[in-house]
Amino acid sequence: MAGDTGTLRRFFRRRRIILFCYVALLPVVALFFYVRIIPIGFSFLLSFYKWNLISPRRPFVGWDNYLGLLEDENFILALKNTSIYSFSTVALSTCIALPLAVFLSRKSRLSAFYQTIYFLPVITPMVPVSIAWKWIYDYNYGILNYGLSLVGLPSVAWLTEPSIALWALVIMGVWKVLGYNMVLFLVGIRNIPAEYLEAASIDGASDWQRFWRITLPLLRPILLYVIVTSTINAFNVFTQVYVMTLGSQSAPGQAVRMLVFDIYTNGFQFFRMGYASAEAVILTLIVLGLTVIQFTLARDKEAKPR
Amino acid sequence: MAKQRTLAGIGILACHAILMLGALVMVMPMAWMFVTAFKSAAEIAIWPPVFFPREWTVVNFFGAFETAPFHRFFINSAVIALVSTASVMLTSLIAGTVFAKYQFPGRGLLFGLVLATAIVPFEAYMIPLYIQLVGIDWINTYQGIILPYLFMAFGIFLMRQHVCSSIPTELMEAGRVDGAGEWWILARVIAPLSGNALAAVGIFAFIQGWGIFIWPLLIANDQLLFNMELGLTAFQFAFSADIGKLMAGSVVSVVPMLIVFLLLRRRIIENMALTGIKG
Repeated sequence: MAGDTGTLRRFFRRRRIILFCYVALLPVVALFFYVRIIPIGFSFLLSFYKWNLISPRRPFVGWDNYLGLLEDENFILALKNTSIYSFSTVALSTCIALPLAVFLSRKSRLSAFYQTIYFLPVITPMVPVSIAWKWIYDYNYGILNYGLSLVGLPSVAWLTEPSIALWALVIMGVWKVLGYNMVLFLVGIRNIPAEYLEAASIDGASDWQRFWRITLPLLRPILLYVIVTSTINAFNVFTQVYVMTLGSQSAPGQAVRMLVFDIYTNGFQFFRMGYASAEAVILTLIVLGLTVIQFTLARDKEAKPR
Repeated sequence: MAKQRTLAGIGILACHAILMLGALVMVMPMAWMFVTAFKSAAEIAIWPPVFFPREWTVVNFFGAFETAPFHRFFINSAVIALVSTASVMLTSLIAGTVFAKYQFPGRGLLFGLVLATAIVPFEAYMIPLYIQLVGIDWINTYQGIILPYLFMAFGIFLMRQHVCSSIPTELMEAGRVDGAGEWWILARVIAPLSGNALAAVGIFAFIQGWGIFIWPLLIANDQLLFNMELGLTAFQFAFSADIGKLMAGSVVSVVPMLIVFLLLRRRIIENMALTGIKG
């Protein structure tokens, strides 16, 4: 009899706890479905329709939006620019951040100071920062052109010449993420057991050899993580493009056309919701592809211990 | 040996020289923004440019606030960031705890969904979200602007991780034996033991909430709903020649983040490094 009431009590307690779980999660899950899951699914669906947001007619067009994208010069250009932007920003910021992190990994009283300074751009909001850079890049009054004039170089139309503006965005992009990459590398380097490096020194390895043979291989997982996440972030570049180059965006020779900017233009200036959704789906696929690459490479490494 | 030591000394000196030069480049854009904000229009146009203003003036700040309702933008930004932070902390605490410590049907599926969709960028599904909000007539409303920022997948992971690894289940059992309900346990056992993790989540949410741009750009057409970021952009397009006011507005938008950063510098850098996420 006592056992029965015990079981019964446990049964009710279990039910009470499950009820608690659902009640507690309900608001979060409802919100999560409404602002994330449903829009993501809807975006795939919408990419097969043609719709201008207002018209009651919403014809199904199959793959037409995607086929249209293949022939859309703006889209191709956006894809190309965004890829150049992402890969250059990531390559440059990684190549600069890595040696900086190695310098900083030595015990130094100034280490915290440097970290603070280099990290500053990471936490500052994008719009004011873009405005500041736009002023620096200014053709007539910008300090960058002033600097160039000091060394006898001609002024550069940093933001109005599309082929140059892309690189102006890259420079600013590197500046913005450098500190973040550096701090991550720094943590990775500090986590490498000191004995490894000491043992190598005793065996007569030079600093250079120790970096290539010990630090870099052990840093691989973090390196991979940083490269992939910053590439994904770079693919979503929008704010600085909007703030810094929009002035010339409507001008004949378009300035820097990037993927998210193109989605924004098609969706919210031309109201081609289906078409813009197809572009958004491609952005999602690129991001997913990058993530899959990261997981595969990370797993590869684990599968083959040395 | 002595020669080697001098060589190493020179190496370290060279490192510092490079790091210092780099640090200068890193602060330059923001420093230039600050000093420009305090220059008069005449001084801004001086060529060759001079770094420090000869006469510091706050006329640009007053000018900016007179030309556009920056006080309103500022309050909007603060409200958006604070509401988002409070909500993200609360939802992360609840969902993180439930996913960490409770067994219930559907747990794996739900958590898997959160995990799987975490990397899909907002920009990829903003169009359908916009259409949904048109449907419920939330365009041009505060609730519409804040809605997508009320929870954060990353916050849920972080809290789950924390509760899993550092809150013993026995503690919760002890509470239950004493007759405590699950909500009581959440509020009185788990929350007090999660200060650091909650603070980390809150800081991320605040930085993110302060800087949101593309969503308000889509959804807020009424100038009174603009946040700092959007207000600045609109101001820029309208008064692009008025560099002094533009820089003053930018300074106002940056300062809250700088204060937060300088106060919580160590914690922010450590958190971001250890969790590998950006604000």
